[in-house]
Amino acid sequence: MSFLTLDHVSHHYFSKDGYTKALHDISFSLKEGEFVSLLGPSGCGKSTILSIIAGIMKQTEGKVLLENKEVQESELAIGYMLQQDYLFPWKKIIDNVLLGPKIHKKTTVELKETAIELLQEVGLKGVQDQYPTSLSGGMRQRVALVRTLIYDPKILLLDEPFSALDYQTKLKLEDLVGKLLKSYHKTAILVTHDIGEAIAMSDRILVMNANPGSIAKVFEVPIEIRQTTPLDARKHPKFQPLFDKIWDELDSREGEKK
Amino acid sequence: MKNDQQLFESFLKERQKERKIVFIWQVFILIAFFALWEIASRLYWIDPLLFSSPSRIFSSLISRIANGSMFTHLSVTLFETILGFIIGTLGGILLATLLWSFTRFSKIMDPYIVVLNAMPKVALGPIIIVALGPGYLSIIAMGFLVSVIITTLNIFSAYNEVDPNYSKVLQSFGATRWQCFKEAVFPATMPTMISTLKVNVGLSWVGVIVGEYLVSKQGLGYLIIYGFQVFDFTLVMSSLVLIAILAAIMYKVVERIERWLIKHSH
Repeated sequence: MSFLTLDHVSHHYFSKDGYTKALHDISFSLKEGEFVSLLGPSGCGKSTILSIIAGIMKQTEGKVLLENKEVQESELAIGYMLQQDYLFPWKKIIDNVLLGPKIHKKTTVELKETAIELLQEVGLKGVQDQYPTSLSGGMRQRVALVRTLIYDPKILLLDEPFSALDYQTKLKLEDLVGKLLKSYHKTAILVTHDIGEAIAMSDRILVMNANPGSIAKVFEVPIEIRQTTPLDARKHPKFQPLFDKIWDELDSREGEKK
Repeated sequence: MKNDQQLFESFLKERQKERKIVFIWQVFILIAFFALWEIASRLYWIDPLLFSSPSRIFSSLISRIANGSMFTHLSVTLFETILGFIIGTLGGILLATLLWSFTRFSKIMDPYIVVLNAMPKVALGPIIIVALGPGYLSIIAMGFLVSVIITTLNIFSAYNEVDPNYSKVLQSFGATRWQCFKEAVFPATMPTMISTLKVNVGLSWVGVIVGEYLVSKQGLGYLIIYGFQVFDFTLVMSSLVLIAILAAIMYKVVERIERWLIKHSH
């Protein structure tokens, strides 16, 4: 049984000057615990898909089912990580992390302890009473990760969460996220334009077309790469051939447009 | 070769020196202004009957403070201004919140607010007096009216400029619009609200003084008009000096509050 299903989803943006079709006939499904990447040029509607799955936007056509229920009606928690950390500068780290529970009025002492433990697990010890401004970019994104995980979401939506970081921090965070998601057996969708990141982290890669956004091709990541950490995956002999194949695919699509 | 500590000390010394120079100039200008005024008045360069002189103003102030009459006027005006300021600011924030909460309402109200904002509020003075009677109420209403519309507009636009991604984070947790307001929009607008406070100090003074011109039997605005009518310009000038001092003190107090708020909201 599939966990998340997008069934012929299309989305239009309307304005007084007309409309743009951002997504055209998107269909795919995820099994529980699966990690899928959406790869494509900017403006291909990757982020729109995530917003729709998160229930922040409603698609204009088609259905999105989470455990066979429409997302809007689903009570399952969804974790959404954005490109920037969007930590609230006027809240302490601990209050930032406990934002989800606060919204649901379910803040407990145990949850606070869990939060502090999780912060330690991602390598942030003793920062709970500090404010976000005193943390570096990588640390802040890790806080944002804990904020996403604290509410025990069944599915994680990652919208280029590593793209604003420097390369080293990015690789380290990829490893951390990969490890955490595997150990908690979370389902995740990663939006990225970084081919290497997509291969290193996911089980499956959906390459997208722009204008309107649609799925062009699906690549399965070899099982050997899946079993290694994102950092080691880049050194695996099967990494480069897949990278080249996806590169060619993206390159040829760009060629078509010209 | 100087070491780091010495460099730091010479930096501090340099800074102190600069501050001293600025302060000396400030005091000098103040004294020079009053001295020139006094001399000009004594030597009849300016008509002392019209422009008075610092010494006359000072002795007039002393006698009025001594017999207690100045205190009444002063406290009446101060009370009206502070009340007008508080109601105007809070009212503006409340109205802006109302506009933000009901998007359609804000669209409907848009042209009316634009007209109200463009309108010189003091022109409404006579209407207010007729409606609320000649007394405190009208004058406080003037102080309120002058600041409330611009506060509403400033804060409403600040609400709309808050990065929507903060709300997006909250929405992904299933937050309602009201929760988004409470957790993201309102606190993110705090700096704008705080800077609005300073502007409103000045505006409330305008409203209250004009209000007192129009109706009152008490207050500094009344003293100015009264002095003008009986040709006692020493009285007019005394009131002006007091207003300048009070407005400056109020501004400083608001600045303190501002600093406290910034410290405690971050």
